[in-house]
Amino acid sequence: MIQAGRIRNFSIISHVDHGKSTLSDRILELTHAVDAREMREQFLDSMELERERGITIKAQNVRVHWRDHVLHLIDTPGHVDFGYEVSRSLAACEGVVLLVDASQGIEAQTLANCYLALEHDLEIVAALNKIDLPAADPDRYAGEIEQVLGLPAEGILRISAKTGEGVVELLDEIVSRIPAPRGDAAAPLRALVFDSYYDQYRGVVNAVRVVEGTLRSRSRVRLFQAGSTHEVEEIGIRSPRNEPVDELGPGEVGYLIAGIKAVGEARVGETVTEAARPATEPLEGYQDPKPMVFCGLYPLDGDELPDLRDALEKLQLSDASITFEPETSAALGVGFRCGYLGLLHMDIARERLEREFGLSLIATAPSVEYVAHLTNGSSQRVDNPSAMPAPQQLESIEEPILALTIITPSEYTGTVMDLCQARRGVLGKMQYLSPERLELIYTVPLAEVVVDFFDQLKSRTKGYASLDYEPAGYQPDDLVKVDVLLNGAPVDAFSSIVHKSRSLDYGRKMTAKLRELIPRQLFDVPIQAAIGGRIIARETVKAKRKDVLAKCYGGDITRKRKLLDKQREGKRRMKSIGRVEIPQEAFISALRLEE
Amino acid sequence: MYIHIPFCARRCDYCAFSTWTDRHFLRSAYVDACIAHVRLVQSGVVEVVCPNGDTTSTTCQPGPPATLYVGGGTPSQLEPADLSRLLEAVERQPATEVTIEANPDDVTETWAGTARRAGATRISLGVQSLDPVVLGGLGRAHGATAVASAVAAIARAGIASYSVDLIYGGAGETAESWRATLQGVLDLDPPPQHVSAYALTVEAGTPLSRHPSRHPDEDEQASRYEIADTIFEAAGLRWYEISNWAKPGFECRHNMNYWAQGDYLAIGAAAHGHLAGTRFRNTTLPERYVEAIASGRSPVVWSETLAPAARELEALELALRTRAGVPRANLPIGDDPVLARLVQADGGGNLVLSRRGRLLANEVACRLSASPMPSSEPSPRAARRPGRPASPGESARSAETQRETV
Ligand SMILES: Nc1nc2c(ncn2[C@@H]2O[C@H](COP(=O)(O)OP(=O)(O)OP(=O)(O)O)[C@@H](O)[C@H]2O)c(=O)[nH]1
Ligand code: SF4
Ligand SMILES: [Mg+2]
Repeated sequence: MIQAGRIRNFSIISHVDHGKSTLSDRILELTHAVDAREMREQFLDSMELERERGITIKAQNVRVHWRDHVLHLIDTPGHVDFGYEVSRSLAACEGVVLLVDASQGIEAQTLANCYLALEHDLEIVAALNKIDLPAADPDRYAGEIEQVLGLPAEGILRISAKTGEGVVELLDEIVSRIPAPRGDAAAPLRALVFDSYYDQYRGVVNAVRVVEGTLRSRSRVRLFQAGSTHEVEEIGIRSPRNEPVDELGPGEVGYLIAGIKAVGEARVGETVTEAARPATEPLEGYQDPKPMVFCGLYPLDGDELPDLRDALEKLQLSDASITFEPETSAALGVGFRCGYLGLLHMDIARERLEREFGLSLIATAPSVEYVAHLTNGSSQRVDNPSAMPAPQQLESIEEPILALTIITPSEYTGTVMDLCQARRGVLGKMQYLSPERLELIYTVPLAEVVVDFFDQLKSRTKGYASLDYEPAGYQPDDLVKVDVLLNGAPVDAFSSIVHKSRSLDYGRKMTAKLRELIPRQLFDVPIQAAIGGRIIARETVKAKRKDVLAKCYGGDITRKRKLLDKQREGKRRMKSIGRVEIPQEAFISALRLEE
Repeated sequence: MYIHIPFCARRCDYCAFSTWTDRHFLRSAYVDACIAHVRLVQSGVVEVVCPNGDTTSTTCQPGPPATLYVGGGTPSQLEPADLSRLLEAVERQPATEVTIEANPDDVTETWAGTARRAGATRISLGVQSLDPVVLGGLGRAHGATAVASAVAAIARAGIASYSVDLIYGGAGETAESWRATLQGVLDLDPPPQHVSAYALTVEAGTPLSRHPSRHPDEDEQASRYEIADTIFEAAGLRWYEISNWAKPGFECRHNMNYWAQGDYLAIGAAAHGHLAGTRFRNTTLPERYVEAIASGRSPVVWSETLAPAARELEALELALRTRAGVPRANLPIGDDPVLARLVQADGGGNLVLSRRGRLLANEVACRLSASPMPSSEPSPRAARRPGRPASPGESARSAETQRETV
């Protein structure tokens, strides 16, 4: 057991790409946690997707030794969708290293993550990174940090995570400024599960931070919320390879494998205590994050439905913020409506399901969760547009609103404001961070951000603006559900809830698109967009007139037969909606185009 | 019996047939091989690839064929002497239908006389179009005058009948030019007793496939078909298969045998044959074929034997293309009014494709279903010639085998 006084627990936080994982690399090297042969860039970004995209998706903790201290560092993701990973990590720490890119200054997630650290009452060690860059202007941004975040400029370190300059000083500063954890090793055990993941061979592996008492191998532990008891199979530390230990004392961070098989049992935020001598109170857990974006996920091959369920359950173990429940679509079959924290999160989750679990999936267009107030006085939540009640039954629809923080160079103020305006945004506050940089606070309906707001913002500002958001309640607006009908029958996957002023546009776009994608049938197929019973747009797929094999090549009957077999097989796999036969590829293309 | 002649003067842009433009030097050796092969099969040895991949001989007594079809490629590219030798090698019945495909450019009086003496009873002329613009677009050379003189030569040689092949949907074709081609063909002296009109089809790998701007529009092709059908019927040429029309009694018996799922022997490179449920194909390259025959090996490289249910379905698919139609019981279309317009009832309880239905024959064919129980009633396969060989191992599953080389 390590004496708590020798321990320092901290997270590295920053805006996306300001260098957290690169700084982690330098720390791993300086502390000889990883030898030179094994070292590679962004060592802790071990997931294939992280390496491909060059971003951190999942927080990683690692134990290192610095002089006579033991440091537990947690490298966190910077992207706004993964804010939940950051707040979980902070609950296991006494301090943070706040990195700010010395060529960019404060960005939206710098603010958001710094506020999170303040909420957790953590010691903040601020450092300007990338001072090796020619464009670095540490003096200027030190001033900005002091002015905006109230951290004294002279206390801000200047480092290069790339060259290693200033990292030794940073480590010493961490040891001297971040408080050691405190806790009574003899008290009843209380350890926080701040992360968990699924290992193919070991089952559920939990990341724990001992707060009080001692976690021992070969003991029996109890999970407070779940109420279940488990035999500890193994405890250990990550340095960064898993190393089993016999005990973990107060302030120590490590992993716990306890034969927890049932999914949902080992929820992040759980308190682990001793079965024989349980603590009386659990630790303050986490508030489960509320999913903001929803989409339907369907296996391309209906037989893979059980596999998809299994994969979602396992994914949820390493990413508790994903929600899912079964859903049936006339167009796509049986699948799940899944909830995510944002678009990137949605994208990543789907890719992980496809790669790590070998599934082929169709995803519907993202939607948000509306509240429908009915004429009969009741209300219901609707996260799938096709489930929105008919207009006659509706009193009003409320939609989720976001408070957006946008930081932009002031020269782009006009175009950023235009964008927000066009997305039904309302300006809340505007303040200069410096003469050249501006912070704008807007409230914008989430549905408007889900479309392509982020891409638009980036392209309008040449990539210089950054965006953070948080939920800001619900608001009613003039919203309508537009249905798409094929030969009179609605195609649930294409229903959408849009602002009334945009309904005609949406209707025209979808019907035109489907006209291109739906193969011609034996009869004319009307494609209509409708609000309630009212048709607002219409296209027709003309009946096909010719579908025949012309010639038989010198008695080659087989070729003809095989072509017919193929056509018959194609028909068998088509979905039939309103007597219209539609190949799955048409749905997929239509859903792609909608993105 | 089908004999394939894989030589052409030049390759048409849309052509995906097995044919070569650079191997004329092989012609005589090739004909030798065909003749040797003809002798072999007529002596009763027909070789097919068995499901285990080994080549075995099936002995049968096919007897003289009821029809002989020399197709290509361009059979008229053979030296007249080679053509005579080849035709004369085939033992025939007095009534055997002997068709030779020919390019109008090649059909001189001498050629027609040779063909006649060698036993040809039908010439199938590859006319395709009478419009020079359309012919150019198809990558074909001959002119309209060649057609008139070819027809005259055929008549003068005393060959009983001839047929004209046409293609619709080529670039530059209009409804007017198509009508003019049809009329021009009917006005030939003497007029053809048989016509085939095929929709231009874009086959992968052809020069045509690389020029989307020249690809046919299916709706226009449908209209062209309707025009052709109307004009032919008015001229007394009755449709008897989706792409074929004939004066009554002049239907091509060789083709009818295909649609009736009948047997046929395959001579020549890339030729397909069928014997009692086993379909097979000879090696594609002419030199390989020559080699195989010369060294006494079987030229067959692929075969498949259909399971009874698959075979019945195939028979229905083939019959559906013809005026014979299929039994109502095998085409469950319920009370779907759209499907109902694609077929007509004939007198005897069969459903026959309507004009609209012929254009959508694949859609109809997809709805065919084989009889649920193996019945003792023969399925609508037409009467087979007597003396057909025992079927090689009819099992419940279809089997297919392929070899790379011979
Ligand atoms: N020149 C220079 N580049 C740096 C430095 N630190 C990081 N980078 C580069 O900045 C990019 C982002 O670095 P990461 O370490 O992945 O950033 P991150 O903060 O972990 O990013 P997320 O995890 O996605 O939030 C990489 O291309 C690094 O090589 C530095 O000190 N100097
Ligand atoms: S003549 Fe016939 S076989 Fe020869 S290239 Fe033209 S289409 Fe093909
Ligand atoms: Mg990172």
